[in-house]
Amino acid sequence: MSTVAARPNRTGLGSVLFLLLTIVTILAMATMMWAALVYARPASNLAGDEQTAQRIFYLHMGCNIGALLVYVLSLVGSVGYLITRKLGWDRLTQASVEVGTLCGIGTLITGALWAKPTWNAYWTWDPRVTTATITVLIYIAFLLFRNGIDNRQARARFGSIYALVAFISLPITYYSARWFRSIHPVIFNGANPDSQGGFDIGPSMGQTISIAALAFSLLCITLMIYRWRQLGLEDRLAEIREEIE
Amino acid sequence: MQIVDKPLTTDTGMQLPPQSLPEKVGEERVVPVQMRTGGGLAAYLRKVWAITSKEVRAELRAKESLSVMIAFSLLAVLIFGLAFDLRVPEATMVAPGVLWVVILFSGVLGLNRSFGAEVDRGTLAALLLAPVDRSAIYFGKFLAQLFFMLINAAIILPFALIIFNVNLMQPWILVGVLLGTVGYVAVGTLFAALAANSRARESLLPILLLPVMAPIFMAGVALTAAVIDGRAFDDFQRWVWVMVVYDLLSITVAFVVFDLIWEEA
Repeated sequence: MSTVAARPNRTGLGSVLFLLLTIVTILAMATMMWAALVYARPASNLAGDEQTAQRIFYLHMGCNIGALLVYVLSLVGSVGYLITRKLGWDRLTQASVEVGTLCGIGTLITGALWAKPTWNAYWTWDPRVTTATITVLIYIAFLLFRNGIDNRQARARFGSIYALVAFISLPITYYSARWFRSIHPVIFNGANPDSQGGFDIGPSMGQTISIAALAFSLLCITLMIYRWRQLGLEDRLAEIREEIE
Repeated sequence: MQIVDKPLTTDTGMQLPPQSLPEKVGEERVVPVQMRTGGGLAAYLRKVWAITSKEVRAELRAKESLSVMIAFSLLAVLIFGLAFDLRVPEATMVAPGVLWVVILFSGVLGLNRSFGAEVDRGTLAALLLAPVDRSAIYFGKFLAQLFFMLINAAIILPFALIIFNVNLMQPWILVGVLLGTVGYVAVGTLFAALAANSRARESLLPILLLPVMAPIFMAGVALTAAVIDGRAFDDFQRWVWVMVVYDLLSITVAFVVFDLIWEEA
């Protein structure tokens, strides 16, 4: 049967590599924290609280990159499922959305904490904040929705349809949010002259940014694979239970 | 109101492809009923109209969707009016937001009944057995719901004039309400069909629908605010375009994926 999840092999090469990946991820996250808190030099054009708060940027951006990465993976999973109807793709979607939501919420919280000393408010309806919030809300809705569907194939199909349709709305949301706050359009990819809290990036800061991006990508991928394997076991358990009954 | 059952005729040269979607590739899929997909555009529109008129007739007899929507809208406008009375010096400041919040929230009530009523009465299977393309069911439901929501909006707008003392019945606001409602119902009908199959359907639909509606909401509020402020068309025309793009995109996507919802039914 195509729906039966493969029995994971605990001693095979895959498992050994995965264990290595886990260890590398833990080391990378530790390095990232050291780099963000100690190694990176303070932003030269900021002072006081703003200068200290700037260090949360490495976490903020790392979470954001991680969330983006797994959300794209979830889209791949949705399309993959709708084309092949293999539940493996659906497990990829579910695992990525769960990890992505975690990182997405992380991005919003670190962003709010950083915004208070820099923008003097926890929350603004800046286009990026708006789009990130809407994205997280959409994927929380996705998870709640899936929980309410009993049939396994229907759950996978509906989840994929919803994820696909919701994803298509995000670019329009971003541009709407961008135009919503001002009458004049912002030039695409241009620097925003009114932006606050920007800082000049020195070499140690650039290296820390790269470390953070790498560490969070590894973290998301590793967590995603853990969850993906667990979901595989869940499906297998359900199948075996059905066979016994 | 009288529902006329005569076939819709068209004189456009447009032709719909006989099978709008390729058959799903499945190992052992049996097609129980031969879909009557021939007949060109006129036949297709007749099927859509049959579904729409069935919806409207059912609503005229049961009065369980539109009446609730209208009652909720009036109540919501009143509550917002009361809520902002103390701290908001001028009602024009909140009127655009109130208008769109009420449209979006009351729409959820109607959309929930769109497929929820079918599930409750056990008529969904019968509807799906109708030998028509699934997209005809979608467009039929879409048109009926659009009709209900526009009636609802036609009642909200004058009522908002009374409560907020702001004239919202201006040409571009009406265009905005029309375009926004089209996009809302296009996505809403698809999601209502999805949500009708889950356990907590009534409570789930707003959670699914409202985040996806962010562009319509922002465009609607910005457009309405600009018109109330008396700005020139150039200042707000991009919102009209946002809505047009959203509408076209959502109708196309819904048309493509609606076929995928009921596969084992």
